[in-house]
Amino acid sequence: MRKYTPKDNVQGKSYYTDRFWVAPRVPREEVEEGSHFETVVNALGSQVKESYIEVGQLVVHIDASENFAVIKTLRDECGYKQCSEQSAVDYLAQDGEFELFYQLLNHAEAKRVRVVCRIKKGEAIESIVPLYKSANFAEREMYDMFGIKVNNHPFLKRIIMPDDWEGHPLLKTYPLHGDEFASWYEVDKIFGKEYRDIIGPENRDPAKVERYDTKRFSRVGYEVPFGADISEGEKEQAIEYSETILVNYNAGTKQLDERK
Amino acid sequence: MSQQPNKLTPFFENLNFERDDNTMVINFGPQHPSAHGQLRLVLELDGEQVVKAYPDIGYLHRGIEKMAENMTYNEFLPTTDRLDYIASTANNYAYALAVEKLLGIEAPRRAQVIRTMLLELNRVISHLFFLATHALDVGAMSVFLYAFREREYAMDLMEDYCGARLTHSSVRIGGVPLDLPAGWLENLAAFCDKVDYEVEHTYEALLTENRIWKMRLEDVGVISAEEALSWGCTGPMLRGSGVKYDIRKEEPYELYSELDFDIPVAETCDSYGRYRLYMEEMKQSTRILRQLIPMYKKTEPRLMAHAPQYISAPKEEIMTQNYALMQHFVLVTQGMRPPKGEVYVPTESPKGELGFYIKSEGEPYAYRLKCRAPSFFHTGLLQEILVGTYIADVVTIIGTTNIVFGEVDR
Repeated sequence: MRKYTPKDNVQGKSYYTDRFWVAPRVPREEVEEGSHFETVVNALGSQVKESYIEVGQLVVHIDASENFAVIKTLRDECGYKQCSEQSAVDYLAQDGEFELFYQLLNHAEAKRVRVVCRIKKGEAIESIVPLYKSANFAEREMYDMFGIKVNNHPFLKRIIMPDDWEGHPLLKTYPLHGDEFASWYEVDKIFGKEYRDIIGPENRDPAKVERYDTKRFSRVGYEVPFGADISEGEKEQAIEYSETILVNYNAGTKQLDERK
Repeated sequence: MSQQPNKLTPFFENLNFERDDNTMVINFGPQHPSAHGQLRLVLELDGEQVVKAYPDIGYLHRGIEKMAENMTYNEFLPTTDRLDYIASTANNYAYALAVEKLLGIEAPRRAQVIRTMLLELNRVISHLFFLATHALDVGAMSVFLYAFREREYAMDLMEDYCGARLTHSSVRIGGVPLDLPAGWLENLAAFCDKVDYEVEHTYEALLTENRIWKMRLEDVGVISAEEALSWGCTGPMLRGSGVKYDIRKEEPYELYSELDFDIPVAETCDSYGRYRLYMEEMKQSTRILRQLIPMYKKTEPRLMAHAPQYISAPKEEIMTQNYALMQHFVLVTQGMRPPKGEVYVPTESPKGELGFYIKSEGEPYAYRLKCRAPSFFHTGLLQEILVGTYIADVVTIIGTTNIVFGEVDR
């Protein structure tokens, strides 16, 4: 029986994992009393579902519907004046959800907070562009890469992929080498879909090596004339060396390398 | 008569280039020499004044974040060279540091000294490249030639160390692969003297009080501190707006907490201030490099961290001890398995805050890797600061943002 390969996550996987392997976890620390991070957690109050410190940064889990209010509090009351990064992680295969994170920076305290929330597939998230203009590009990239809709974004449009692209490349269901649409993108666009048969799938494979093509591929170990037909098997060609020796290194008696 | 879309003219040019009013729409790039690679900037002009600017990116998209999900941690490291290809060690290092934080390991002292040296050398390379291209964009041809001459010396040093001039891959997760070759430190000291001399006597002498240079740069591309923070500006763009924040100083990594250096800040918020800032940063980099040379001599020769679960043993152990060989075999064929968890590690690359967010599920492949590239956010800023400027200043402003499209499109 053929082995079943899951279709909901087609990314790289380890070919072997020990049966008894249990992955450890990066230690999570409690928020210390009297620290800067405690004032942050207190300022957010009941909006915080879970909070801990991981590798020196505060991680705050919140409800996705409250993202704007939480980040506004962080900006106005806790001094987080910059949104360094904003993106998503695809957990559709496991939970049917996306995990979104906002990476915020407080310059005065030199502290960083990551706000994490989860949304279901097909749900939209509120834009934080009114708070941080840097989210303009970041949210567009998230929409482009994951297809997550952002409400009230000023110009939600694909940013990196072409406007007429189908599919969202960073989803776990999207293969590394692209899907069928990706491989025919230029052909469909320039010549039309009916040209797919004329061009043929072999010409869409950039790694294709034509076995009998002596025009574009040289043959290692065999000297074949340019354009010769070798589909019926190739003739044994004697390797010819040039008769004229330009520099005969064997003839002279002079020692070139003085160390020898 | 507007252009009709047909099969041979793809419809991504679906802009109306001819208007009834007085504005004109032009494409700046993606092949414009001053577009710093692959920036396509759609500008709506009223006479020579920009009414609307729309940066269109994605022409250099290679899916590096996607590749990260399909490569083991060590396999991915050379790919990071292709992010900011002007200063590839900065990318290698930022990635290696993020993975090290995830693993909870620290590089040995000698590796830290070498890494800090390479990072600062890269900063000089990158800043010289900035100066050269920026001056060329603005019209100062000779500065380009002088700056590239010094950049060659720096790249020779990189070549002596790791064999590559542009895509270094000179940092490994857990340390560095090689010790410094003989005579390298002497060459580095000579290079520092050379750069200091040239910065003061060539570049600054040519440009700082140059009337044309000042007319082209002063009060061009003014970014207030609030705007810079809101748009996510980092590095020289943020310090050029009067915000004194350098990750090397505020959230120190490697040896920066032990080193003595200043953070220059420009209060004028314009392109000229940023140019002065870059010059000052180069001087600070050579100051750091000079302090590192005696530090190197006091270190033990170990180059890679000792963490047998994640990092292969030194070659002599692999060749002599069976268990080290077995572990090396597993690490090469399967890849290291970091613990579950997520980490975001910021570093100060020559362009700004370069951070890697890594989400690990305990597999040899990262579950998600997000590269926070400074140039991406600086490109976003263009849509606001270009409005109201003249077309001649557009080139100056793009040059001063110092964007590199390898890391904008990723």
